[in-house]
Amino acid sequence: MDATSSAFPENSRRALADERLQEALHRLADGFPARRREAVDRLPEFDQLRAQARAVKDHVLENLDSYLERFAAKVEEAGGHVHWCRDALEARQTVLRICRDAGARTVTKSKSMVGEEIAINEHLEAHGIEPVETDLGEYIIQLRREAPSHLIAPAIHLSKDQVTETFKAAHGEFPVGRRLDEPRAMLDEARTVLRKRFVEADVGITGANMIIAETGTAVVVTNEGNADLTMTLPKVHIAITGIEKVVPTLDDAVTVLRLLARSATGQDVTVYTTFATGPRRDDDVDGPDAFHVVLLDNGRSALMESDFRDILRCIRCGACLNHCPVYSAVGGHAYGWVYSGPMGSVLNPGLVGIEEAHHLPNASTFCGACEEVCPVGIPLPKMLRHWRERAFRARAVGATGRAGMRAWAFLALRPRLYRAVTGAVMAVLGALGRRRGRFRRLPLAGGWTVARDLAAPQGPTFISQWAQRRRERS
Amino acid sequence: MSTAREQILGNLRKALGRGHLSPDREAQLDARLSASGGAVIPARGRVEGQARITAFCDEAARVGTTVARVPSSAAAPAAVADYLAEHDLAADIRLAPDPFLADLPWSEQAALSTSAGPARPTDTVSVTTATAAAETGTLVLASGPESPTTLNFLPDTHIAVLLAETIVGAYEATWSAVRAADGPLPRVVNWITGPSRTADIEQTLLIGIHGPRRQHIVLIDGQDT
Repeated sequence: MDATSSAFPENSRRALADERLQEALHRLADGFPARRREAVDRLPEFDQLRAQARAVKDHVLENLDSYLERFAAKVEEAGGHVHWCRDALEARQTVLRICRDAGARTVTKSKSMVGEEIAINEHLEAHGIEPVETDLGEYIIQLRREAPSHLIAPAIHLSKDQVTETFKAAHGEFPVGRRLDEPRAMLDEARTVLRKRFVEADVGITGANMIIAETGTAVVVTNEGNADLTMTLPKVHIAITGIEKVVPTLDDAVTVLRLLARSATGQDVTVYTTFATGPRRDDDVDGPDAFHVVLLDNGRSALMESDFRDILRCIRCGACLNHCPVYSAVGGHAYGWVYSGPMGSVLNPGLVGIEEAHHLPNASTFCGACEEVCPVGIPLPKMLRHWRERAFRARAVGATGRAGMRAWAFLALRPRLYRAVTGAVMAVLGALGRRRGRFRRLPLAGGWTVARDLAAPQGPTFISQWAQRRRERS
Repeated sequence: MSTAREQILGNLRKALGRGHLSPDREAQLDARLSASGGAVIPARGRVEGQARITAFCDEAARVGTTVARVPSSAAAPAAVADYLAEHDLAADIRLAPDPFLADLPWSEQAALSTSAGPARPTDTVSVTTATAAAETGTLVLASGPESPTTLNFLPDTHIAVLLAETIVGAYEATWSAVRAADGPLPRVVNWITGPSRTADIEQTLLIGIHGPRRQHIVLIDGQDT
């Protein structure tokens, strides 16, 4: 998909003014965090598991080349094929070629963020192959020609009324006057429509939450069962995934699985967890004849040697989104590319460039909630700071911002001058504002005072108070 | 050998500041791959005996799987018939082509009509065998000629016949049952924890989107309920 991350400020303003979106975001904030808390409380070993998962992921990244080669060898041993793709273009072409070789007319798809990253649906459509999203949320937004707004709840931004409108417009085979105002009715209708698509599809495309070096296995989790129908019924199964998704063993996969659903939806485990290894065997009576794994780099290997390697531990649970005050205020679309929330603000600049995504590292209050809930301990705030530095160095920050930062840096590097200037400013502001205790408007601070008052200084600066105390003690 | 592969691996090695791993290091990774254990296994996955079966049933109930306990395998067909009657479901069942299931006294249940094989789009009830992990009330099914995967997903109702002694505590213990002595894993290993569900419309939790709407277990544990 094309990035619009450079429009983050405008996107956010629009999001804040969108009442339906705000309602949807309130529902999200009320739901996921509390359910995660409950699930974590039910598992006393949660923190130990986090430490273990983090160690597994770090070990994999240290040896990523070897584990990928081992994985590929095992896939081939089981009769599958591995396709190495340097970028989105190569991945798109690979998937299209496999679909064409299978003579595919329709392709079912279960939710895949890598699929979004390489814009596979648009590419297949442009070449006469119809992709059908089968995760209910993804199906809804595909009909609406929208992008997902959350890692695990892609249609979180929509109200049920919008889904009603969408289904009424899309499902011509049902009576026009039917009742479709309750989610239950919508779900039953989607089940009927999609069941037909599952059965007639020629190729099934899924993502992979993990791939396992020990066995050449792709792990796919869903609650709906759509990934299983997608990979079981057609002749060909293609799993598309990032190169960082490999774990060494089945037992390592289990460690990650114990964290994934709990962190995501607050379930102990998803309804369906599927370990797929190779195509159907000679004596099997169902399953696909061919099994392909598309391994995507697309900028990941470049992140390996940077300050951002830790983001490659990410298991895409969405906990950082669910706990982020900025994501909760503006939703996923404002971020302007595939990934959103804190993990998106770190990953997107790495994948689409800091010039395009330079606003995203600023989409943070640095409250630290994201790092606190991350199941693999990714230091997201620290990496956002690194990106801010890079944005400054890449001259992606505007003239006013740069001038402001230069002025601040000039002062901060000269402690005496800094103390003198801040002391003087505090004295002036204190004198002006002491009576009211706050400012409703202040020159150069309009961005702050437009929405809230600024407290007036109540006395000398911290540094001068500190110095005062030390003098008194000695 | 594809150039993309070499380039991706080359970039990774460059980023890691080294060439290929040394033979010693590769041997260490080999050892890590063949070792098992050392992992943190939650206490709830380490229960034994009757407590394990109880834990499994409790966890299954939490996720909306229903469990009927019967004393012997001979009682399983009656339990299936009762369940279908109770829920007003059609009594045409599609059995997994598994000798264990074939040997059960289905013909004693006059109401049931059975056939065996992979699921067809018209099948509404499937009966398969399964093993399970108590940790989260999870069924484990490995694909094979006696266990077609479509039976786990296509019909509206999936009923698993489960022998109590095959319930293990933690996930880790499920691997030994599905690993062949040599050769790859079965094409698919499915963990199933409850009926199909979604919360994609306004976060409203609803059951039965793509997979089965009902997940039922007939648990054969030598004890009557």
